[in-house]
Amino acid sequence: MNRFLGRFGSYAALALFAFIAVYPVTRILTISLRPGDQLLSRSLALIPDGATLDNYRVLLGETDFLRWLGNSLLVSLVVTITGVAMASTAGYALSRHRFRGRKAALSGILVTQMFPATMLLLPLYIVLIQLGLINSYIGIVVIYTATALPFCVWQMKGYYDTIPASLEEAARIDGATPWQAFYKVILPLAAPALVITALFSFMSAWNEYVVAAVVLQDTELFTLPVGLKGFQASMSTQWGLYAAGSLLVSIPVVVLFLVLSRYLISGLTLGAVKG
Amino acid sequence: MLSAPTDAAGVEAATLAPTGGEPPKTGLSETARQRLFLLFLLGPTAVIVLAVVAFPFIYNVALSLSNANIYTLRDWEIVGLGQYGSVLAEPAFWTVFLKTVVWTVVNVALHVGIGVFLAVILHQKFIAGKPAWRVLLILPWAVPQYITALTWRGMFNFEYGAVNLFLNRLFSADPVAWLTDPTGAFAAAIITNAWLGFPFMMVIALGGLQSIPGELYEAADVDGASAWVKFRRITAPLLKPVMIPAITLGTVWTFNNINVIWLVSNGGEPNEQTHILVSYVYEAAFSMYRFGWAAALSMVIFGILFAFTQAFLNRTNATESVY
Repeated sequence: MNRFLGRFGSYAALALFAFIAVYPVTRILTISLRPGDQLLSRSLALIPDGATLDNYRVLLGETDFLRWLGNSLLVSLVVTITGVAMASTAGYALSRHRFRGRKAALSGILVTQMFPATMLLLPLYIVLIQLGLINSYIGIVVIYTATALPFCVWQMKGYYDTIPASLEEAARIDGATPWQAFYKVILPLAAPALVITALFSFMSAWNEYVVAAVVLQDTELFTLPVGLKGFQASMSTQWGLYAAGSLLVSIPVVVLFLVLSRYLISGLTLGAVKG
Repeated sequence: MLSAPTDAAGVEAATLAPTGGEPPKTGLSETARQRLFLLFLLGPTAVIVLAVVAFPFIYNVALSLSNANIYTLRDWEIVGLGQYGSVLAEPAFWTVFLKTVVWTVVNVALHVGIGVFLAVILHQKFIAGKPAWRVLLILPWAVPQYITALTWRGMFNFEYGAVNLFLNRLFSADPVAWLTDPTGAFAAAIITNAWLGFPFMMVIALGGLQSIPGELYEAADVDGASAWVKFRRITAPLLKPVMIPAITLGTVWTFNNINVIWLVSNGGEPNEQTHILVSYVYEAAFSMYRFGWAAALSMVIFGILFAFTQAFLNRTNATESVY
């Protein structure tokens, strides 16, 4: 009996929290399907009365949505590639090598997270103007990579810590160079952590609004968050369009999460789990 | 979780066929070559992070010692510690600081509490469909914050919002003035942020649970330990080293999370009452153009978080596991 209650309680708790987790997302779907004259409604139905795909049609056909999607993909992929390349090497150095300043570097990584990001904006903006990088992707790619890096390096370092150093030693005895020992032996083992790093780098670029809004001023260059925000500025008329766009923007990230959720749990160690 | 890849690696390392026995002769000593390798591994990251974070930080220190505001933006000068004095002398600073502490403590407690609770439930052997549950529960993390925060704002609408409609239909409760009342708006922001943050802690806790050997629980079962005793004596202490770094990072992130409170309260509504320190910095810098003052406030925030993490990591003896 007790066991039955325990099982029932467990499933009940999971179901309750799963509902809480999913419900707000379904609201976005509902709003995106509402016809223009019913945006304010007291209905809680998932599929609203007179559901229509009009918002999606307008979004894909009459706005720059697809162009912004392409821009966002380009920026996010470049950030992901540079982020993975840099975090995997820097994390490796911090995990395996003992050098002067290592401890300072590790604290420094945590320290970078403590400074209010809003205040970095003004100096960065001034520098970007001076370098002529306004309305260019170079500036935001560098900024996104740098903001994603501290966490990614920390987390890569934590994962490398769980891989025994004897593996490289064995490879070195067999005549591998330090680079080969890293690249051919350790890196493949760190695949779960690499996946997390890629996911985080991608997301930080895909979801970022504030920097993009400041740097990208030309509508043609907008990334998705900046473009979508434009619909939301005139709330009453384009709320449905915003919801439709939000849903489409979320899908790639959600799919990535779903596919990678297995790795999320084994790859995210934050430097704590020691083999 | 770690033994499987390790075994595979053993095989791979053993079968790795290096091209040559001797390391290539480059005319460099072993130490020099090692330094070069290190530089190659760390250099790019160091350069890019320093450029994007350290330079603005120094710039901000200078601003915080200056008289920069909208009138003096083009020719501001260093005037000393006056801005810091003015930050600490402002009564609103202390109110907002207090709110920030409440915001951070309540949020992190909810994130960790709900996250660990769900992880423990999900980790039980008999739970069917684990991947499916996991996916549903991770959803709040996967959807971009700026989208869900605005969706929650809509859900807190007095008349049309789902939250009040649910409260009314389930408990026949009177509608709550979530967004027009200062306490309500603050609570709404906390609820939203708690919702956004628990999956991260859940995932970390799940990873930690996987590394706890099952025999410990079996032994406890033999001794007839209750579920609560098992949690207190086995799960909690063994989860601690995994959770401490996550809690540290989570605290810093929550303290500095401007997105949620800003979007849910639409920039501090009602009446600039719904602020935490970071949104207050943003307001001071970009609505009131008190650049020097905002920069000083950022330094104060930085100081608070720095002191907190040092104290927290020392007290929990977690420095080793973090570094």
